[in-house]
Amino acid sequence: MASNNENPSTAVDSGQSGNAGASGRVEGSPRVKRGLAEMLKGGVIMDVVTPEQAKIAEDAGAVAVMALERVPADIRKDGGVARMSDPEMIEGIKAVTTIPVMAKARIGHFVEAQILQALGVDFVDESEVLTPADEAHHIDKFAFTVPFVCGATNLGEALRRISEGACMIRSKGEAGTGNVVEAVRHLRSIVGDIRKIGQADEAELFEWAKQLRAPLPLVQEIAETGKLQVPMFCAGGLATPADAALAMQLGAEAVFVGSGIFKSADPAPRAKAIVEATTNYNDAAILAKVSRGLGAPMTGIGMDDIDVRLADRGW
Amino acid sequence: MIGVLALQGAFRMHCEALARCGVEAAEIRTAEQLERCHALVVPGGESSTMANLLNTFDLIDPLRSKLAAKMPVLGTCAGMILMAKTISDGQPDQLCFDAIDLAVRRNGYGRQVDSFEADLDIAVVGQPPVRAVFIRAPMVENVGTRVEILAEFDQVPVLCRQDNILVSSFHPELTEDDRIHELFIQMVAQSEV
Repeated sequence: MASNNENPSTAVDSGQSGNAGASGRVEGSPRVKRGLAEMLKGGVIMDVVTPEQAKIAEDAGAVAVMALERVPADIRKDGGVARMSDPEMIEGIKAVTTIPVMAKARIGHFVEAQILQALGVDFVDESEVLTPADEAHHIDKFAFTVPFVCGATNLGEALRRISEGACMIRSKGEAGTGNVVEAVRHLRSIVGDIRKIGQADEAELFEWAKQLRAPLPLVQEIAETGKLQVPMFCAGGLATPADAALAMQLGAEAVFVGSGIFKSADPAPRAKAIVEATTNYNDAAILAKVSRGLGAPMTGIGMDDIDVRLADRGW
Repeated sequence: MIGVLALQGAFRMHCEALARCGVEAAEIRTAEQLERCHALVVPGGESSTMANLLNTFDLIDPLRSKLAAKMPVLGTCAGMILMAKTISDGQPDQLCFDAIDLAVRRNGYGRQVDSFEADLDIAVVGQPPVRAVFIRAPMVENVGTRVEILAEFDQVPVLCRQDNILVSSFHPELTEDDRIHELFIQMVAQSEV
């Protein structure tokens, strides 16, 4: 993975020079921003809506928390416009945790992102879980010191987000459903296309770029390295330790769990079990051990029973 | 055999750095795997998460006895925190192994928006300067008399050694400059003489 950080592609390298000072000190460089994503690998990022939940998440071994007012399952239920959380609520969570705090901005809402950066959040999620603010443009993420994570349903979407400066890609899945099927679809699509591009010849790469609606240099870079330019995490519908391990075995490098923890019967042990499963995703004996006696998971929803597909948001 | 603690964090990047130096490292998740190590890298990541998982997977006592037996360790960022004598701004009673006489402040350089990269002159690895990446890095606040300070940034120690323990508040695994890993490999070789 070092090559990703050492030789960022032209598209990713441009636009952000940072502020060089004494000793060549630079903040917000691609390497510094992607560096935090590297540190979160192998971990679980948990959605929390109160400082108490943030403490439970941290004590269970979360590598970061996503501070928001409502978990996706409730956003789905309530309907209406979902926006960035109240800064006071985000600050309340920052005050009680030692781990990184993430927060969500609406797609294209660069002012919400500016506010989140000013609040000192560690990662901004430009998220389809909130109601989009712009139907054509995503945020220019190079303009920020804070790193961004963006959702993707396929490789083309992932590369468009990377070309805008995203430092981490997560599958969108279908948030708030407790149903892992969409996250699996998205992961398989991204990983499968990376594999196919690895076997394509030079001429075919032009066609791949066209098909994916993605910048050619990024497609060529994938052909050369065989991997995505930034860490790829899984999100959207994970509810059990087995779901987390499934995502990891399919090629995710860490997992986000949203409604799956605090909408379950007994959040603390479930949170801890999901952390343990993510570390030992390849060890079925440990997975069997940690999956025992966790109480009821969140009640899931089938894809035919939902009115709004959050994953369709984003362009 | 050099192991890389693989509970969470940038362990694969450490394995890749060691591989570029010609050392095939093993990912360590269990006490049995740890028992086979002659040296260990404790990577960057979240120190509280790693402490938690060390406890869950019964690795604390095995690691303590390895450290007592003078196993060489390279600890970067979270790894520095785990090897330190005392931690401030961590979780209450956060686990550390007292393997090097340092007092460190967790996230002492600030949050992610304050994270940075900079050039470091490090005499033991020579010129050119090392490009050091600091991510929510721990800050060394107190250094014991037996600790050798190998590099400083803004007059604060950032690379320290005490006997077989080498720790950095920055992330040598995030660049392709492998001189810190080479320094550690030399320490491992000397410890086996």
